[in-house]
Amino acid sequence: MDEPLLRVDSVTKRFGAVTASRNLSFTVQPGEIHALIGPNGSGKTTIINQLSGEINPDSGNIYFAGINLAGISVPARARMGLARSFQITSVFERLSVAQNLALAIQAHQGHSFRFWRRAHADPALGDLVEQALARVGLEERAEEPAINLSHGEKRQLDVGMALAGTTRLLLLDEPMAGMGPGGTVELSKLIRGLKGKLTILLVEHDMDVIFSLADRISVLVYGEAIATGTPREIRANPQVQRAYLGERL
Amino acid sequence: MLLIVEQFLNGLQLGVMLFLMSAGLTLVFGIMRVINLAHGSFYMVGAYVAATLVHQSGSFLFGLAGALLVTALLGMVVERVVLQRLYARDHLDQVLATFGLILLFNESTRMIWGRQPLFMDVPDWLSHTVELIPGAPYPSYRLAIIVVGMLVSVFLYLLFTRTRLGMQIRAGASNREMIAALGVNINRLYTLVFGLGALLAGLAGVMAGPILAVESGMGESILILTFVVIVIGGIGSIRGALIAALLVGMVDTLGRAFLPALFRLFLPVAQADGVGASFASMSAYILMAAVLVWRPRGLFPVAGS
Amino acid sequence: MPVASRKWVPLAVLAVFLAALPGIAEMLGDRYLVSLFSRLLIYALVAVSLDLILGYGGMVSFGHAAFFGVGAYTVAILSFHGFEGTPFLEWPLRIEGSTNALVTLPAAALCAAIFALIIGSLSLRTTGMHFIMITLAFAQMLYFLYISLERYGGDDGLSLYSRNDLPGLDLSDDGNFYYLCLGVLSISLFLGERLINSRFGQVIQGIRENERRMLALGFPVYRYRLACFVIAGGIAGLGGGLIANQTEFVSPGLMHWTQSGEILVMVLLGGMGTLFGPLLGALVFLLMEEILTGITEHWMVIMGPFLIGVVLYTRGGIYGLITGQEKAGG
Repeated sequence: MDEPLLRVDSVTKRFGAVTASRNLSFTVQPGEIHALIGPNGSGKTTIINQLSGEINPDSGNIYFAGINLAGISVPARARMGLARSFQITSVFERLSVAQNLALAIQAHQGHSFRFWRRAHADPALGDLVEQALARVGLEERAEEPAINLSHGEKRQLDVGMALAGTTRLLLLDEPMAGMGPGGTVELSKLIRGLKGKLTILLVEHDMDVIFSLADRISVLVYGEAIATGTPREIRANPQVQRAYLGERL
Repeated sequence: MLLIVEQFLNGLQLGVMLFLMSAGLTLVFGIMRVINLAHGSFYMVGAYVAATLVHQSGSFLFGLAGALLVTALLGMVVERVVLQRLYARDHLDQVLATFGLILLFNESTRMIWGRQPLFMDVPDWLSHTVELIPGAPYPSYRLAIIVVGMLVSVFLYLLFTRTRLGMQIRAGASNREMIAALGVNINRLYTLVFGLGALLAGLAGVMAGPILAVESGMGESILILTFVVIVIGGIGSIRGALIAALLVGMVDTLGRAFLPALFRLFLPVAQADGVGASFASMSAYILMAAVLVWRPRGLFPVAGS
Repeated sequence: MPVASRKWVPLAVLAVFLAALPGIAEMLGDRYLVSLFSRLLIYALVAVSLDLILGYGGMVSFGHAAFFGVGAYTVAILSFHGFEGTPFLEWPLRIEGSTNALVTLPAAALCAAIFALIIGSLSLRTTGMHFIMITLAFAQMLYFLYISLERYGGDDGLSLYSRNDLPGLDLSDDGNFYYLCLGVLSISLFLGERLINSRFGQVIQGIRENERRMLALGFPVYRYRLACFVIAGGIAGLGGGLIANQTEFVSPGLMHWTQSGEILVMVLLGGMGTLFGPLLGALVFLLMEEILTGITEHWMVIMGPFLIGVVLYTRGGIYGLITGQEKAGG
C-alpha cells in the first residue's frame, strides 16, 4: 500500500467531561473517497476541525503527506492543500459568485498584498475562475451576489471554493445537509466526478450517498474508530450493526 | 513609607470606584452583548443629582438616596427606550446610538446646571482624618469610599451566589440560550441588570462628587478606564472586574505618584519629570497591552463571550 | 433611473461644485466658505480612511482620531523645530525640523502609520467588543501622552508660525490650500477605488464577510487586517497633517475620543462600505454642526437624538438613499 496521504494517530480531544475524540486512529490513502460515519455526537465534526486546525488535539498526532501538522496554523494547512467545506454553508454573501471563487484561487497564488491591479481584470485569475464556475455548474450565476443563491447552489459554491485551489485532500463536512433530493443528486455527481483526481474525507449522514460514493468507511462511536473497511465489510460488521442498532444501514 | 501607605490607599480607592463602574457594565456587555458607551453618563447624573440634593437639603444621605433612585430609574428607562432596540443590531450601531446618548446627556446637564462645575461638600461626619497607622492621617471620606466599595463587593458576591436572580444573571453571562430555555423573562432580567449597573455607576458618581469637580463630561474620563478594566478582567466576569479594577487603580495611582521619582534616578530632573508624567499617564494602558499579549480575552474569560 | 446614472450624476454635480467652490465663495464675498470647505474635505479624507477598515474591513475601530492627531502633531512638531532651527531628535539619529510640506505631510502619514502598526498589532488580536474598547483605550492613551508633552504645549496645544511651504504653490492663500486638500482627497479616492478592487481589497472584504472561511481558504487573516489598519491610519495621518496646516494649530483635542466618534458617525451617516458615502457623510455632518451651532450653543442636544434616530431608522446612509442601494456590496 502507498504511504497514506493522511494519518490520524491516537488523537484524543476532551471538552470538559466529554471526550470527543478517544484515541482515534485512521488513515486516508491517496485517491480514495474515505467516509466517516457515526451516530450524532460521535465526534465527526470535531475530528474535521482538528484536521483543519481550528482546534488542537490534547494528545496524538496528525500527519498530512508525512508532515506532522502540530503547530501549523489553519491558513498554512489550507495552503498545503488541505481544503474543507463547512457543515453550515459558508460563503461570502455580499460578494458575487465569481468573486467568491476568485478569492479561493487567490489563496493559492502566493500573497495577496497587491494593491493596484483590479482583481477581476487579472488574467491569472480569470481563466481559473471560469474553470471553477464550470466545475460547479454556476456559470450562469457568476455575477450574482452569493446571498441570492438557492441553498443547493450555495452548497455547490461552498464545495467549489474548497476545490478551487491546489487541493490535495478535501474535507467535506456534511455537504448534503439540508438539501432536497434534487440537490443531493447534483452534488453527488460533482463528488463522483472528483473520484480518482482528488482524495476526499467525507462526513455525511445520508447513507445512500456514503455507500454509493465511498471507497472505504470508518465508523466512529463516542470518538473512537470501531471499524474501517469497504462498504461491503462495514455492512457485514456485527460491531457496527450493534452501534447502529435501530438505524438503517 | 507614609507616602507609600497613602498612595496605596488612594490606589485602593480608585480601584473601588472603577469596580463600581465596571461591575455593572461588564454584566451588560456579557449578558446582553451590547456595548454601552453611555454608562459614564449614569456616573455623571448620579454626581449632579447628589450635588443638587445635598446642596438643597443639607443631608448627604438624602442626596445619596435620591441619586441612586434617579440613576437606577434613568438606567431602566434608557434600556427600555433605546438599548432594547439595539440588542439584535451589530456593535457599530450600538456604539453610535450610545454615543448619541452621551452627547444628549452631557449637553442636557449643561443646559440644566450650566457650564460651571458644581462642588459638593464632604459630609461633616466624614470630614475628619483617621490615623490608620500612627503618623499617617488619611481622610475618613476616602476611607469610607473604600469601605462602601468592599461592602458592595460582598453584596454582589452574595447576590450572585445566594439568590435566584443572581444565578439567572450568571447563567445569562455564560449561556444566553439556557436562561431563555429555563423560562426566565429575559426582557425583565435585562432591564433589572441594566438598572443595577446604572445604580452602581450612580453610586460611584455620588462618591466621586466631593473629590472631583462635578461637571459635564466627567463620566467619560472614568468610562475609558472602566473599559480598560473590563478588557483586562474579561468581558462578563465580575471577579475579573474586581481584580482588574484594583490592579488598574493601583497601577494608575502609584504610577503617577512614583514614576517621575523613579526616572530621576537616571535622567536629569526636568526630563525625568516629563518622561515620568508621560509614562504615568499611559501606565494603565500599557498594563492592558501587556495583558492582551498574554491573554487576549482577559484574565478571567467567560465562556461564550 | 438606472443605478449607474443615479450614482454618477449626483457625484458629478458634487465634483463640479467642489471644484468651483472658491469661485462661488468669491462671488458671494464669503471667504470663510473656503476655509470651512477645506476643513470638510480634510474630514472627508479621514472618514474615507476609516471606512476602509470599518466598511470594507469590518473592523469597528473607535480610535481613528488618534492617527489623525498623530499626523497633525507630526506636522506641528516638525514645523516648530523647523522655525526654531533646532533638531527634533539628536539620538539615535538626527532628525531636523522642517517646514516643507513635501517633508512634513509624508512624515505625518508615516508616523501615523507606525502608530497604527503598533496599536493595530495589539488590538487586532481581538475582535468585536474587545476591539472597540481597546482601540478606544489606546487612542485615549495617546491623548494623555500628548497632554503630558509640556514642550509642545501640553494641554494648551501648539500653534504653527505659518502654514508649511510647498514649492510652486503658496499655501498661505486659502484658495490654494483648498485645492491642495481637494487634490489630496481626489487622489486618495482614486487610489482607494483601485485598492478595494485589487486582490488585497477583495481579501479584506472576504474577511469582513466571513473570517473563518478566509482562514480555511488559506489566508493569514491577521496580516491582511493589520495592513489595512496601517494604510487607513496613514491616510488619517495625512488628513491630520492637512488640518494642522489649515488651522495652524494643534491640540490633544484632535485625538479626543469624541473626535473618533464623530468620524465614525460621518462614515455611517454617509454609507459605510462605499467609497463616496463617507465623503457625503462628512459634508452633511459638519455642515449640520455648522448650522446648528449658529442656532444654539446646545446643538449637541439636537445632534444626539438625531444620531440615535439615524442608527435606529436608516440603513445604508445618504449614499444608499441616493443610489437606491441598501448597502453596497463589493
